[in-house]
Amino acid sequence: MKVIVCIKQVPDTTNVRINPETNTLVREGVQSIINPFDVYALEEGVRLKEKHGGTVTVMTMGPPQAESALRDALALGADNAYLVSDRALAGADTLATAYALACAIRKLGGADVILMGRQAIDGDTGQVGPGVAENLGISHVTDIRKIEEITDSRIIVERLLEDGYARLATRLPVVLTVVKEINIPRLPSLKGKLAAKKAQVPVLKAGDIDAEVERLGLNGSPTQVMRIFTPTRPSGGKKFTGDAAATVGALLSELTAAGISIRKSKK
Amino acid sequence: MNYFLTEEQTMIRDLAAQIAREKIAPIAAELDESGEFPWDVVKAMGMADLYRVFIPTEYEGLGGGCFEMVLAVEELSRACGGISLSYAASALGTIPIILFGTEEQKKKYLPPLASGEILAAFGLTEPNAGSDAAGIKTTARADGDSYVINGTKQWITNGGEASIYTVIALTDPHRGVRGSSAILVEKGTPGFEFGKKENKMGIRASATRELVFQDCRVPKSNILGKEGMGFLVAMRTLDQSRPGVAAQAVGIAQGALDKAIEYSRERQQFGKSISSFQGIQFILADMATQVEAARALTYAAARSIDAGEKDVSRASAMAKVFASDTAMKVTTDAVQVFGGYGYMKEYPVEKMMRDAKITQIYEGTNQIQREVIALNLIKESVRGARNAAATK
Repeated sequence: MKVIVCIKQVPDTTNVRINPETNTLVREGVQSIINPFDVYALEEGVRLKEKHGGTVTVMTMGPPQAESALRDALALGADNAYLVSDRALAGADTLATAYALACAIRKLGGADVILMGRQAIDGDTGQVGPGVAENLGISHVTDIRKIEEITDSRIIVERLLEDGYARLATRLPVVLTVVKEINIPRLPSLKGKLAAKKAQVPVLKAGDIDAEVERLGLNGSPTQVMRIFTPTRPSGGKKFTGDAAATVGALLSELTAAGISIRKSKK
Repeated sequence: MNYFLTEEQTMIRDLAAQIAREKIAPIAAELDESGEFPWDVVKAMGMADLYRVFIPTEYEGLGGGCFEMVLAVEELSRACGGISLSYAASALGTIPIILFGTEEQKKKYLPPLASGEILAAFGLTEPNAGSDAAGIKTTARADGDSYVINGTKQWITNGGEASIYTVIALTDPHRGVRGSSAILVEKGTPGFEFGKKENKMGIRASATRELVFQDCRVPKSNILGKEGMGFLVAMRTLDQSRPGVAAQAVGIAQGALDKAIEYSRERQQFGKSISSFQGIQFILADMATQVEAARALTYAAARSIDAGEKDVSRASAMAKVFASDTAMKVTTDAVQVFGGYGYMKEYPVEKMMRDAKITQIYEGTNQIQREVIALNLIKESVRGARNAAATK
């Protein structure tokens, strides 16, 4: 079984600060980590290998320093790593990123299963996984909480829904994005870290992945960031207290007065 | 402070810190209450290769020494001095095999100890032989190709959980300590049972039990070193393991300091955080200074051992005394900074104070350590005077 796990290096913080001048994240003084959801994807990939044999390749697209995230992934059990990195790829939105990753995956001969986290904690779009699948012309399932069964051609998975889960079967190859319920990732081992330190991490340039140049980086990105800002929190509000029937009535008449129409439920 | 760690040593420290944060801290209070042995953490430490760090590479270790062990113990103890002991006590039980084991013994026991698949323990103390370790009564009578062991060892850490025990017993009771030998006994050997699990003041997540031997027969090939070397095996082992106790003490103290600083910033009195009061600041400053001094001495002792220094008893005793006294003082001060809340079990520092106390007592009380240091000083002075006289 050939598994490719796509990861992203993100700032290790929940307290993201934005430079108002440049509309970009302030990265100074913030450590970088593997996007936490991608760690679950990597763990699932390593578990597939342990159960069914094969290899786990980890891949990221990013600046040269993203190599450290790949080394962390090697310490967590990946067999080899590729860094897709080129100035021509800079400024890519999710469309251009998915295209570049798909080209790199195709260049490496594809995979039976391509795993990713459900979204990155910095961008929160969740679009790259499905985007890669579309570019490769293969199926995808998002928000996987369990891989139930996998054979040479077929896979059965559980997809997390808001109020339960769906059990789905699809063909291989497939792109799966995972949620954190899927497993408990292992810690790195010292042996793994020592080996990762010495490992070769090949860099794939834009010219190495048989891509159409105009679909890469800023050129291939229809998304333009106009401005990033912290929304102001609405303050004030009004509290209705007292008997339930009376307060609901008061609330309804206030809403109606404010021009908000209330429809009655059909039930 | 910069202790000039190598890249590999930094890796060991960081990984131990990650285990402490993610696997130990969340369960420390619960296991302190229940006294349950932390097998899940032991498994995690094994998978992370932490047991390999002080074991030679020929036996599936990573080839480090006392200093690497110390770095791991310190970080683990920062989250819980009881859970970390499952690691430190296995190191104590592994050291005599590394130092005195035959090729065959090393090949048999070190690889599974390195992987964390099994734990080791060390059995010297008896009900009537504590500081006076020479007073042991357990015997190992030679009978053909076997030793037949009888007697009771007391307060043995990892007792019942470890798979391999180094037991100090008298092979020639008439010769006293010169007739003692170190013998490996595997868990499950007929005649080898465990007594009650002790109900302790602190380090409650560690297993402390009696080892009871009744006509327990082991092959003669299980001896470590030679007959009559038992006391030497024990003393050399303890010289190397004491920096581990010192590291445990440093870790507990650092953990208490971390909590005290955090709390002093949050706690509001007289309209401001108590960290703005000089009375609290001075306590914190002294705590931090003492912890750093204890750490420096501990690291220095461990590095002397790894450098192959011939006589390490003094350095090792100094580190153990200073770090454990520091841990007791610093954890008590941490409770003081927390005030009434510090006395309550809902807050973490009273446990640290209870955990710290044992470090002044076990692996040689601090009074015995001071005696070791003093005798060492006097011997050195006598030797110096003799040499000076001889060269006149």
